[in-house]
Amino acid sequence: MTATHTRTTDPAASSDRKTTYREAMREALREALRTDERVFLMGEDVGRYGGCFGVSLGLLEEFGPERIRDAPLSESAFVGAGIGAALAGMRPIVEIMTVNFSLLALDQILNNAATLLHMSGGQLPVPIVIRMTTGAGRQLAAQHSHSLEGWYAHIPGLRVLAPATLTDARYMLAPALADPDPVLIFEHGSLYNVSGDLPADTGPVDIDHAAVRRPGTDVSLITYGGSLPKALAAADDLANDGISAEVVDLRTLRPLDDTTIGDSVARTHRAVVIDEGWRTGSLAAEISARVTEQHFYDLDAPVGRVCSAEVPMPYARRLEEAALPQVDGIVAAARRAVGGPVPTGADAAERQAVTGRAG
Amino acid sequence: MLRVRRFEERCVELYSAARIRGFMHLYIGEEAVAVGVNEALTDADAVVSTYREHGHALARGVPAEAIMAEMFGKVTGCSRGRGGSMHLFDAGRRFYGGNAIVGGGIPLAAGLALADRMTGRNRVTCCFFGDGAFAEGEFHETANLAALWELPLLLVCENNLYAMGTALARHQAQTDLALRAAGYGMVSWAVDGMDVFAVEDAARRAAEGIRAGTGPHFLEMHTYRFRAHSMYDPDRYRDKAEIEHWKERDPVEGLARRLRDAKELSDKARTALEDRLSAEIDGAVEAAEQAPDEPVEDLLKYVTSPVGVSRP
Ligand SMILES: Cc1ncc(C[n+]2csc(CCOP(=O)(O)OP(=O)(O)O)c2C)c(N)n1
Repeated sequence: MTATHTRTTDPAASSDRKTTYREAMREALREALRTDERVFLMGEDVGRYGGCFGVSLGLLEEFGPERIRDAPLSESAFVGAGIGAALAGMRPIVEIMTVNFSLLALDQILNNAATLLHMSGGQLPVPIVIRMTTGAGRQLAAQHSHSLEGWYAHIPGLRVLAPATLTDARYMLAPALADPDPVLIFEHGSLYNVSGDLPADTGPVDIDHAAVRRPGTDVSLITYGGSLPKALAAADDLANDGISAEVVDLRTLRPLDDTTIGDSVARTHRAVVIDEGWRTGSLAAEISARVTEQHFYDLDAPVGRVCSAEVPMPYARRLEEAALPQVDGIVAAARRAVGGPVPTGADAAERQAVTGRAG
Repeated sequence: MLRVRRFEERCVELYSAARIRGFMHLYIGEEAVAVGVNEALTDADAVVSTYREHGHALARGVPAEAIMAEMFGKVTGCSRGRGGSMHLFDAGRRFYGGNAIVGGGIPLAAGLALADRMTGRNRVTCCFFGDGAFAEGEFHETANLAALWELPLLLVCENNLYAMGTALARHQAQTDLALRAAGYGMVSWAVDGMDVFAVEDAARRAAEGIRAGTGPHFLEMHTYRFRAHSMYDPDRYRDKAEIEHWKERDPVEGLARRLRDAKELSDKARTALEDRLSAEIDGAVEAAEQAPDEPVEDLLKYVTSPVGVSRP
């Protein structure tokens, strides 16, 4: 499954410049709306409010209410309407406030978007892009904090993306729109305020391949989305102790890029998967299984996993932090993989994430 | 109408002989709705349907041969054997299924209508669904959305008085569905769904209203299915007398009677028509039987679009 696309140039992006993840997303939307009149953005509060997370702020003024379309609180109806519009030649970008609410539209996403091409014997591709936030870390408690992208990655017929960097936030949308099939984009809520230099126009992101964000030789930290910054921080810590960690950003959760994952494991012989989803039945479980199936004889240690504790996400800061993958836990898991000493505090944190038992 | 009736009667035989399988829901008794509504639509319009869609598909012009081959799971089927009875599709005829999730097609239909509205194409999207679907959130979410955005959508509710085995009064707090739809600010009315002329007339007026830009319209078709819900249903929840009562209003025979009385259909012409349909359906069955199976090597086809395809 390869998405082809035309390279777009944005005069504003001719040299590196400071921006945020949120602004990068907005720029991507603006470019899509400017370059293709079939593109429109639809969702709750995307217009006058400017987007629940401020991503679409200002787009209403620029593109008008037909194309920046405030929808009623009807996840199923407006996601389904996006699917119908895609069938009729439009290129809808549908925004669902958070993955938690996408469950009200799960029927449309799974039973229609993901299946129409197949059930129709190839007659009805659904070129829709559905964006939503995911993840915890802002003390919003269980109903606003879960990471369910792994569930969507379970579904044949969908492509699932998780932009973790400014560049991916800026340049993933174009190839997503060029894909003839439904694409889900998961934006981790903790990333919107991340700022940094956006490299000069790199062209559309390659959404078929994972990216090695930091090369290393001793252990592969395999992750995506909101956990990428944590994995990179863990790699820094590990480097201080002389352990060279390679950080692989999956970028596309479905289809998984087995090659990049496998090449990394073949280099390092050890792997730790970091995934904010619950451990049981997680994406991390799938990756671990694949690494074991395909690279068993490359491995010098069992595949480690750092996931969220098996609990609905709590509100209290200490509890929420304890429930989520953290740098300490990642460091501990990596050390365990390379057979090094594991500091006691970090050990507890990692154990908790691994066993899913608090205390 | 007669084609739909005879086609499905043949399906019953084939099903009983285990030549076709799966869930199969017959439309027998409701033919006037599909035929009357489709008479009011043009080729440019779109139709979204349910799992009880043989009649809708035939009335839309999907060839009996392609439908029959689909039921046989053959590569020549209108969904290349991936859909079966509940998932008939024909993109060229703008027939968008074939949806086995009750209410699942309703938001999709709104989206087809939205695309027309946004691009200024003066087309109607017609969505069929049952009285059972009227209880689903997807209907109410979509009714609100369609009325709010004045979408060119024709909502056709086939009120056959039952959602599987649950009678209307047992699943709807207010059984006047047209009244409730009107509450969304849509033009809504109830129609005798056993009379093809009444259906066509209502659908034509609704389609005209929609084309004139007055937003979605809702038609509640009072109809009845003579057969069980599906081939698996022993039909224990209905009175035989009730069924017999409705059969007196058989839309197919009712039309034939009227045409005969008006001297527009002689006995001889009727026989000739029956013979022609019988031959057509024989041909469809034979073609389906002869058609190649979809090769198992192609199992994973159509899950995602072929590599390199992008929508220009
Ligand atoms: C969402 C969903 N719930 C339940 C079912 C099982 N089911 C199939 S048909 C049906 C009854 C629907 O009745 P109605 O909408 O009146 O349509 P009819 O069968 O009378 O044409 C039910 C409950 C389903 N297919 N989808």
